[in-house]
Amino acid sequence: MALKDLVDPAASSPFARSRGIWSALHLDPILLFLLLILVSGGLFVLYSGADRNIEVVKAQGIRLGIAFVVMLVFAQLDPAVFRRWAPWLYAAGLVALAAVLVMGVGAKGAQRWLALPGLPRFQPSEIMKLVVPMMAAWYLSRHFLPPRLSQVAVGLAIVLVPMVMIIQQPDLGTSLLVGMAGLFVVFFAGMSWKLIAAFVAMVSVSAPLMWFFVMREYQKQRVLTLLDPQSDPLGAGWNIIQSKTAIGSGGLDGKGWLQGTQSHLEFLPESHTDFIVAVLAEEFGFVGMLALLLVYFLIILRCLYVAATAQDSFSRLLAGALTMTFFIYIFVNVGMVSGLLPVVGVPLPLVSYGGTSSVTLMAAFGVLMSIHTHRRMISA
Amino acid sequence: MPWGEFKDTAAERRLFQRRTVVMLVFVILMLGGLLGRMYQLQVVEHEIYTTISDKNRVQVQSVPPPRGLIYDRNGDLLAENRPVFSVTLVPERVDGMDETLNRLGGILDISEQDLERFHRRLQEPRRPFQEIPLRYDLTEQEIARLAVHRHELPGVEVEAELVRYYPHSELTAHVLGYVGRINREELQRIDPVNYAGTNYIGKSGVERFYEQTLHGTVGYQHVETNARGRTLRVLERENPVPGEDLKLHLDLRLQQRAHELLDGRRGAVIAIEPKTGGILALASVPGFDTNKFVTGISVDDYRALSQSKEKPLFNRALRGQYPPGSTLKPMLAIAALDSGAVTRDHTIWDPGYFRLNDGGRLWRDWKRTGHGWVDLKDAVAESCDVYFYEAAIEMGVDTMAGYLSSFGFGEDAALDVSGALSGLLPSREWKRAMHNQPWYPGDSVNLGIGQGFMLATPLQLATATALIANRGTWIEPRLLKDVIGDDEVDDVLPAETHEPLKLKNPDDWEYVVESMAEVMHGVKGTARRAGSDAPYRMAGKTGTAQVFSLAEDEEYDAEEIRERLRDHALFVGFAPVEDPEIVVSVIVENGGSGSGTAAPVARALFDAWLLEFSEGSDSGLVSQATGGAQ
Repeated sequence: MALKDLVDPAASSPFARSRGIWSALHLDPILLFLLLILVSGGLFVLYSGADRNIEVVKAQGIRLGIAFVVMLVFAQLDPAVFRRWAPWLYAAGLVALAAVLVMGVGAKGAQRWLALPGLPRFQPSEIMKLVVPMMAAWYLSRHFLPPRLSQVAVGLAIVLVPMVMIIQQPDLGTSLLVGMAGLFVVFFAGMSWKLIAAFVAMVSVSAPLMWFFVMREYQKQRVLTLLDPQSDPLGAGWNIIQSKTAIGSGGLDGKGWLQGTQSHLEFLPESHTDFIVAVLAEEFGFVGMLALLLVYFLIILRCLYVAATAQDSFSRLLAGALTMTFFIYIFVNVGMVSGLLPVVGVPLPLVSYGGTSSVTLMAAFGVLMSIHTHRRMISA
Repeated sequence: MPWGEFKDTAAERRLFQRRTVVMLVFVILMLGGLLGRMYQLQVVEHEIYTTISDKNRVQVQSVPPPRGLIYDRNGDLLAENRPVFSVTLVPERVDGMDETLNRLGGILDISEQDLERFHRRLQEPRRPFQEIPLRYDLTEQEIARLAVHRHELPGVEVEAELVRYYPHSELTAHVLGYVGRINREELQRIDPVNYAGTNYIGKSGVERFYEQTLHGTVGYQHVETNARGRTLRVLERENPVPGEDLKLHLDLRLQQRAHELLDGRRGAVIAIEPKTGGILALASVPGFDTNKFVTGISVDDYRALSQSKEKPLFNRALRGQYPPGSTLKPMLAIAALDSGAVTRDHTIWDPGYFRLNDGGRLWRDWKRTGHGWVDLKDAVAESCDVYFYEAAIEMGVDTMAGYLSSFGFGEDAALDVSGALSGLLPSREWKRAMHNQPWYPGDSVNLGIGQGFMLATPLQLATATALIANRGTWIEPRLLKDVIGDDEVDDVLPAETHEPLKLKNPDDWEYVVESMAEVMHGVKGTARRAGSDAPYRMAGKTGTAQVFSLAEDEEYDAEEIRERLRDHALFVGFAPVEDPEIVVSVIVENGGSGSGTAAPVARALFDAWLLEFSEGSDSGLVSQATGGAQ
């Protein structure tokens, strides 16, 4: 399949005939196809990562089914609906985050969940991964782009407020993803390179301050562990040593499906959740990692095409930011498992066991499909 | 409205597309970076991580060799290994020791003693990840109950272990000794490689002496384990070399008979086959149950044993050092004859007492009225003290000590008997060194009847008697008869060191042997009652050792004092006289007289060995004996 075919379904004959069905369903067949490859391959790895526990695979299959339905629902909504609702959703999200800080529930010293009577338990910070870029895109696309300095400042404020609230829970991983989602909107809007340089400089300077005033002890510990896992090989360093061992011992073509000793003999922790990529790397080797990253890259490529061909600024900014958030998921997770980044709780998108992030991610893909399929005749 | 549904300027579109290209390049670079990282880990450093991964999962475990078995001379099993299921804990893997112990207490029947022993072991130094047993001898029901809860109890395992078992532990306690858990000092001493999987080591007796032979060589297995250390499968195995089985000279039937004969008393019996030096019986009564010691005896049980007035833990046969009394007279008779202090014709008048010089201290004969005219043979047969007082003065301490040393007194002459003591053979030098006093003639007088400073163990008395039975040929006592395995007896048994005792007139042996036969069969023989009506001839000597004092801290009542102040009864002897097959030494603590208490024990053992246990040769023995006993 040529790259041109990949980015333009209209030119590809197998899809051309059925184009009517896809647009009626408001789905992008290429993106859907890539997502299905990723998800089904992921379930195979999950079966191994969960040590042949078919119940885990079933449960994840159900969650992914729900996530696909959510995607389908979001795809039906016109992008204009998202734009109109963005400020209200944002406001509601801030209230919910505040409520979490006051009356949230959770475990292990972190309050992340909100249990309201009559509603299922949910994680407001997860929803903010969608709502923050929407709000930022809503605000910035009201003005001519590139934004002026004051507009950039407001855009950053829109991002920073929920970020700080999520850090308080504390949930560094989600806060990071929410922040990145918002910042990408500002970037795509055309924030000047000078400002970007200044911003990067400011972050570098404030990093030591963060270390002393913001970061919690366990977070500092994770950074220190990354720098020297051998300092505590049976404690904090254990995860990173074992996951690097799993990846490295996989070699070029891996030990074979279900043959990974690191995961099946329980040396690898979290082998079906955050560290699942180490299972894949151990059992399918470098070839498997190449295939995984290729699928992710094709998804990103398709999504960036969707963003680039979107018809209005709001859609473009939102699509671009959601795509890059998806990329950040991948980069942070694979980086942390392979010992490049400190351990933060970011799952491998659509592969790790867990419902919440899958639903949010598929909702984002629903938004992207909505943007791609709700086209105004005027541009055709 | 500043913006509309279709707000989409060409400039904004181009700006966004430029930024998208930047992001695409960024994504490609970053994904390339991740791929590079994967290449580094999976291709460049692959070998390193493969090694770590294998080291993670593959562990080398040592497989302890099964300990060699011990048989008696007839092939009766004396020490075996039984599979015992025990529940063990690996402290490194247990989450919450107290909680785990509590939960186990609900599943199994765990006594205070088990807990106390467990906590004691927990404090002791051990190899990392070495399991500590909590309770032994689980029943099948308990194993099943434990299996149900096993996944909730990390670090708790059921282990099948071969544990030493002594089927006749009370009888063999003082011969075989026992094995027990390796302790701190032993840990320093043993080869850490060969003992890597071994939990037990010989603590005393044969188990201790032949530890190396019985232990065997450790084996190895490479096992795949998971992160919690549970063994999943064996990848490779090198089998251990089992310890060699040992066959002892010991005869379980005779050993048992000795225990029966001493039942209810405190005493010891040694029986030796003079031709081989083989120890046929080594009994110290009372015995004790060595099986209790194998897995660790409880404090209460140990206290009961160690504080018992019967002193069951005390090995009287090897470590009991008694004044030999008159049992020393045959050896002194040899000394007196060979040194020329007396001749066979030499006779003395025994008035019932002896004085070194007129008006000096009076040494009494045991027979107050005296024995009248006696020669050396009479002196042995009737146990005449005065004759030996005079002979002792004639010989002097140096001569006596020299000959007694040739008989093995003052040394541990046995080849493979662990823990035997040397007794005490006094000499001028010894007295000077110990008491800073010269040797007085009176000391020689005492030594002449085996009293005074002289101390000997029952094993030494039997050894010296065996030398007489062998007419001067030294054959050191030994336990090991055969090694059932690769080793030869000579490989593991220490070399013999003693030269034969050559007399100027070798016929003196027969003379003294005959005097000992008179003890048993003569009209005035002190043990003539014990020697009567036998179809064979036997030789012997009775002895009575005075009990000097009681340990100050001993508690006793009047009844007991009377019993405990009675003399020790001793007897040495062998049979048949002409071709000795068994040498016996007997001591019965506070038994009163040697002739009344100890000699019948020896006679019963002679009968058992020569008549009862001897296969097919009974008739020959009888005829031989009737031929000799005119």
